[in-house]
Amino acid sequence: MSDAPVITDSERDELRRHGIMLTSLGELAAWGRSKSVWPLQFGLACCAIEMISASMARFDIARFGSEVFRPSPRQADLLIVSGTVTKKMAPQVIRLWNQMPDPKYCIAMGACAISGGPFKQGYNVLKGIDRFIPVDIYIPGCPPRPEALLHGLIQLQEKIKSGAPTAGAQSARPGECVIPEFGAHDLEPSKDPAIWQPPVITRGTS
Amino acid sequence: MQTPEQIRDRLLARFPGAGVTFVANPGASAQHSLLLAASEARAIAEFLRDDPELALDTCSNVTGVDWPEKEIVETIKKNVPDPAGGPDKVVEEKMKKTQPGCLEVIYHLYSMSRKQGPVVIRLRTGNRTDNVTLPSLTPVWRACDFQEREVYDLFGIVFAGHPDLRRILMWDGFKDHPMRKDYVDPDDFEWEPTPHDDVLERAKEHYPAAPVTAAPTASPTPEGKA
Repeated sequence: MSDAPVITDSERDELRRHGIMLTSLGELAAWGRSKSVWPLQFGLACCAIEMISASMARFDIARFGSEVFRPSPRQADLLIVSGTVTKKMAPQVIRLWNQMPDPKYCIAMGACAISGGPFKQGYNVLKGIDRFIPVDIYIPGCPPRPEALLHGLIQLQEKIKSGAPTAGAQSARPGECVIPEFGAHDLEPSKDPAIWQPPVITRGTS
Repeated sequence: MQTPEQIRDRLLARFPGAGVTFVANPGASAQHSLLLAASEARAIAEFLRDDPELALDTCSNVTGVDWPEKEIVETIKKNVPDPAGGPDKVVEEKMKKTQPGCLEVIYHLYSMSRKQGPVVIRLRTGNRTDNVTLPSLTPVWRACDFQEREVYDLFGIVFAGHPDLRRILMWDGFKDHPMRKDYVDPDDFEWEPTPHDDVLERAKEHYPAAPVTAAPTASPTPEGKA
């Protein structure tokens, strides 16, 4: 690659105007991959209703190549964690993630999937799926509107096109994540320290 | 529709010596209820369902209440005669009493056939620790099945005679009863960007030790999620 002629973006655009398209195989593959992200057909709570809405005629996720919701994790590229992840459900969500083939992407949709949302201080809700699964895109909202989901999907497509590694590949757990056990008082472990560490907060002394 | 007092009187006439107590609701709704003794509860429930005048054929809601042990201070005023012969002095004596705790289960009953209701009945356990068994009313109203399981799951009331008493919301190996007042949830308060009240107290235990020489700064500045 090092002795390949260097072509700037403006030169490439100029060639394109004249009907010549220059690209690399990797770029082509990334472009194709970004336009055919197949999400897992899987919903957890009210965010799933917005996700269904995004897939129907009015919002039409098919415009972005993601209409093929797969009922099997073996055929899916994208896990949209759409809703509240209860502690009882968390091992199953992580199991689905582990069954998806690489490269795979995770979107945490809505306040609950990001942090536990309004149920954060409850006894039965996981305080964010990113404690177990590396997340690529966070979509805030309660629930996020379908437009927000589409925006998140476009952000993910930009990420794929740029050739950046997935959050999973960058994390300490590429491929498989730790599936927690049901303990006597909580999930065990209650979080995966290799994936998630509490962000450092600098606070005043008062 | 008969009032709860009338129902109580009918029950006492039908079941002499049964423990049926009228519990008034002082709130605006004035939805009074009947407290039943656990031993006769099943027979009374069957009577409420089969009685042609009440015909309470539907149990719409089962819920639980945790009444923890409570210390009550009673103030008693006493007149103490003045030895000098003056008027009596009023002395206030404070008595501390411990009201024992219990767990309570509440059933809301309606009649579909006679279009009336609700009649609210309550059952109470002996205490909150080892005497927590109550008769199940699932054989009387089938609708109680899942709701009694939920009360068992979250409050720890054991329903004797329930056909399938398992946890319904939490997993089987779970040991606690989260809706009890003394439930302590697991200590995962290490990341609370906007803590307040009780959560703030729990979150403070995870704060790094403050540097000794640091000058006091303004309000906490939570940073965005990484």
